[in-house]
Order: sequence, then structure tokens, then C-alpha cells
Amino acid sequence: MNKVYGSAAEALDGLLRDDMLIAAGGFGLCGIPELLLAAIRDSGVKDLTFASNNAGVDDFGIGILLQTRQVRKMMSSYVGENAEFMRQYLSGELELEFNPQGTLAERMRAGGCGIPGFYTKTGVGTQVAEGKEHKEFNGETYILERGIFADLSIVKAWKADTTGNAIFRKTARNFNPPAAMCGKVCVMEVEEIVQPGELDPDCIHLPGIYVHRLVQGTHEKRIEQRTVRAA
Amino acid sequence: MAWDRNQMAARAALELQDGTYVNLGIGIPTLVPNFIPEGVHVTLQSENGMLGMGPFPIAGTEDPDLINAGKQTITELPDTSYFDSATSFGMIRGGKIAMAILGAMEVAENGDLANWMIPGKLVKGMGGAMDLVAGVGRVVVVMDHTNKHGESKVLKYCTLPLTGTGVVNRIISNLGVLDVVEGGLKIVELADGVTDAELRAATEATIVN
Repeated sequence: MNKVYGSAAEALDGLLRDDMLIAAGGFGLCGIPELLLAAIRDSGVKDLTFASNNAGVDDFGIGILLQTRQVRKMMSSYVGENAEFMRQYLSGELELEFNPQGTLAERMRAGGCGIPGFYTKTGVGTQVAEGKEHKEFNGETYILERGIFADLSIVKAWKADTTGNAIFRKTARNFNPPAAMCGKVCVMEVEEIVQPGELDPDCIHLPGIYVHRLVQGTHEKRIEQRTVRAA
Repeated sequence: MAWDRNQMAARAALELQDGTYVNLGIGIPTLVPNFIPEGVHVTLQSENGMLGMGPFPIAGTEDPDLINAGKQTITELPDTSYFDSATSFGMIRGGKIAMAILGAMEVAENGDLANWMIPGKLVKGMGGAMDLVAGVGRVVVVMDHTNKHGESKVLKYCTLPLTGTGVVNRIISNLGVLDVVEGGLKIVELADGVTDAELRAATEATIVN
């Protein structure tokens, strides 16, 4: 079975439709599936819901799909870096479901592990807990959060072999493994595809069972906050 | 007289226990590593998936794959490890992180914390703050004691949407150090040049002796 595709558009062929739920990896602009996001924009598919920690910036990441009004709803923990997002949200064009960051990550992981719900202390007594089931365990109150079962996962890794066994680099790993796990289909873009045997099996971060389609490409990897110290 | 941002960070650094794993929030807490006492080794967690956070890189060596939770470029250390976001918040939720030092908009005398949204203003999101305050062993808040209108931010009840209830253990402000105890706040320390009366006058919360 061939998982390797020639372009991001080819890797997404037949998978996209309006109104779908897409789980995307990345934190800020770090480790985002930038090639797949551009291909989704070019496809014209619309009314998308994204489970993604952030919404990119105005002209990069999920921001490019906000510009074209292809996103209906975001499930995120922090959206502060995107002016167009704020404009659409405040005018009621865009729906927003805030999730605490760890709850979002665990909802993805849980979905990928076949767990429809879990209890957490995070958010108890806050707006996040409103309307959710509360339950006591050992004298402490927890709320029920639900696993995310996405129609499609789009993620970015550093290297993968042709079977999808993947390695991430530094903090670009972030949401990519849990996002990959929770989709019915997962498309992964990588900086380099290698042959089976070239990656140490003991050092695989995400086994290829979670990855259905692969595409290699060149990444811009934009830096959001360039901070340095004196030499 | 009162503590400035650096003095508050230096005071917060005294909270660090040798050999522990700690998470630092954005704002003044990011200054804390500059003041870690000699002989104290702490491992800093960055909730986007890293233990062992190093300083900012030297210009020209920035790596887009290596950022902190504030999206700033950083560096790694010899003992650094990387992991995914679910694992990162697993260790937070699981109580493995000894302490978080965070900023605050308001703190209440029962330990309630508000630091993520102001209704009617731009809503940016809670990020990992709710997970941190619910999960870590100890929450130390570093904040200005009053707002720019001189009104207390150390209150009987928070007025802003909460980040967590009953989660704050210690407040380090520009005026001093207070602990959340049964019945209210207890003054632990006064900032340089600040009197007991000045601290009490700037505090709306109940102060217990």
C-alpha cells in the first residue's frame, strides 16, 4: 500500500468536504501543517470546524483559511495573534469554543484512543464547566470532557519513513501526535521521507498506523516571536 | 517605594525549591530565571512540550522548531526532553509539576484566580492557565497589587471570569508577600519601604493575623 503522495493537494484528494471537522497539529506557528492548510484553501472547501490550539496569524497557518471565510468554527485554547479572527468572531461570523489547552490535547488523545469522555479538574468553577456533567471522585469535583473524533487530521512531522513512522523535531511535536491520532484519516506532511529501516524503531514518536497519507515538501517555518540574547 | 518588576521576580525566585520541576507563565514570571539562587537547580517546563528550557538564543541561532509557550525562540539544555502536548498536560494535570508562577488580573482571599479574560474586551483564550492552576502542586501569583486607577486587585471576590477556584497559595505583589490561609490572606512579608498600613490599605481582601 502506497502512503506517499506527490503533493499536498494529491494527498488530500477525495478527503475534503464542506462542514467537516479537521484536527490540526501545531502550537502557534510551530509545527503547523502549512502545506496542507494551503492546499485546503486552494480546494475551496468551506464551513470547516478546526480543532487546533491556535488560529495562526493573519497571513499564515489557519489564518489563510479565515481570510477566505472557509472556517465556521474554531475549537482552540488561544487565538490572540490573529486580527482577522477577532474581527470575524466579534461580528458573529465565526464560532469559537474555548478549550483549556490540556483539555484540548487530551480530548484529541482520548478520541484517538477510543475514549468518548474523561473527567478532569481543569476548569471546575469556571465558564468552561458550564453545562458539563460534574462528578465527585475522592472528595474532589471533576467535569466531563468529551473525546474529539475528527473527520480528518492534518499534521506536520520532521521525518517519516514511507510507512508513516514519524519523528518530530524539538517543540514542533506539540499537538501533532494527538491531532494525528483523533482523525478517521490522517494526512501528514514532512520535511523528509526516508525508506523503512532508516529510522531507529526505538525512536519513533508516532507509529505509522496513525498515518494514512504522506507528502514531503519545503516548509517556510515562520517564527512568531523572534527573541535573542546578547552574544 | 515598592518592588519593581525585577524585584518581584527576584522575590519569586526565592520560592524555587532545588530539584523541582516548575512552570513559569508569561509576563513578570519570565524574568524569574534571571534570579535563581546559587545552588538551586530547577527544571523549567514549557507546556508546549519541553522540560529543561534554556535561555533565549544568540542572534543567528534561532530555531523555528524551538519555542516556549509564549511563542518566543528559546534554547535547549543538556537535560532537555521533548514530548507532545497531551503528555505535557498529563504531567501538569497529574501533579508532577511542583509549582507554577503566574501573572494575575485579580486574586480573591479564598484563592480564586482570574487571569484569562476581561468581558467586553478582546478575548484571547486561557491557553494552559486553567490546566496549570488545577494541576500543579503550588500556585504562586506575581502581580501588581493595584490597577492603574489605584484600585485593589487583591479582592474579597473576583469580578472577572475565573481561571480556577481556590487555587492560589501565595501572592507576590509590588507591595509584599501574602499567603492564602483559612479566613483570608496572611501578610508574610512587606516590600522594601512599604508599611503594613500601606499594604492593608491597598488590599480589599480580608487580612488575618
